[in-house]
Amino acid sequence: MIDSPLAIAPVFHLGPVPITQPVIATWIIMALMSLFSIVLTRRLKLRPGKIQATVELVTGAIDQQIGEVVRADPAPYRALIGTIFLFIFIADWSSLIPGVEPPTAHVETDAALALIVFAATLYHGVRCNGLVGYLKTFAQPSWVMIPLNLVEQITRTFSLFVRLFGNIMSGVFVIGIVLSLAGLLVPIPLMALDLLTGAVQAYIFAILACVFIGSAVSEGQAARAPAAAPDPSQARSNP
Amino acid sequence: MTVEEISILSAAIAVSFGALGPGIGEGRAVAAAMDAIARQPEAAGTISRTLFVGLAMIETMAIYCLVVALLVLFANPFVQ
Repeated sequence: MIDSPLAIAPVFHLGPVPITQPVIATWIIMALMSLFSIVLTRRLKLRPGKIQATVELVTGAIDQQIGEVVRADPAPYRALIGTIFLFIFIADWSSLIPGVEPPTAHVETDAALALIVFAATLYHGVRCNGLVGYLKTFAQPSWVMIPLNLVEQITRTFSLFVRLFGNIMSGVFVIGIVLSLAGLLVPIPLMALDLLTGAVQAYIFAILACVFIGSAVSEGQAARAPAAAPDPSQARSNP
Repeated sequence: MTVEEISILSAAIAVSFGALGPGIGEGRAVAAAMDAIARQPEAAGTISRTLFVGLAMIETMAIYCLVVALLVLFANPFVQ
């Protein structure tokens, strides 16, 4: 992969739609994740076996992280955030398989993920605060901030996917360049570093998605609260 | 100098200067977080999560420079 990282060649055409390598990799990852989820949750027992205990550990860890960020019941966000984290994690680490380029190294996959997060932010904001209540949060703290808040929604979605794309793509790119310059086995330390980057980026993407959704939910509550609550500055000084 | 040469130079300059600021910023952030964890080890979980989110925000600046460099190299509107 030393060609342009922004262009991909289609592998085959499905009717008029060109199908590219990242799309196939995404499909395979999706199929594997769905299969494992179905198989693992089909026979849940009260006394878990080894595999069920491991899955429960992962779910519990994701739940705990979500709960610490949104400071509420993690149940409504578990499916989305957990899936996003596991998908990006598996996609980043799929570069371990020879011949597979991680789908997250292409800007389209990341843009799709960021758009899902953006839609989820709007959905949860409207679900918890009502349409009017959510729109009012854009006028917080005063109506002067409306353009800035609108721009913030767009730029943070943009930076969300550009961050993931930049990190993963640069890792793949550097490995390609070192491989062509130095030869076999030399890029292995870089690949190990790449795995670390991939795991951290999956974590950051999921946590940021959580932060965005959490802020959309809690801003509406904060906008409604001050009418009833006492002066927040006094409340903070006397906990 | 041709447009291609200027493009390569500008991409190198964009990445190098774009890495300077976030590098200093991330170093200071990590140092402050280490200090905080050393003083209050029981808050390590919260501090490191906030640190990761903050580092991601700082790193965005460097990533923007990388994207500009890539655009200049691979999607330059002035090179046919």
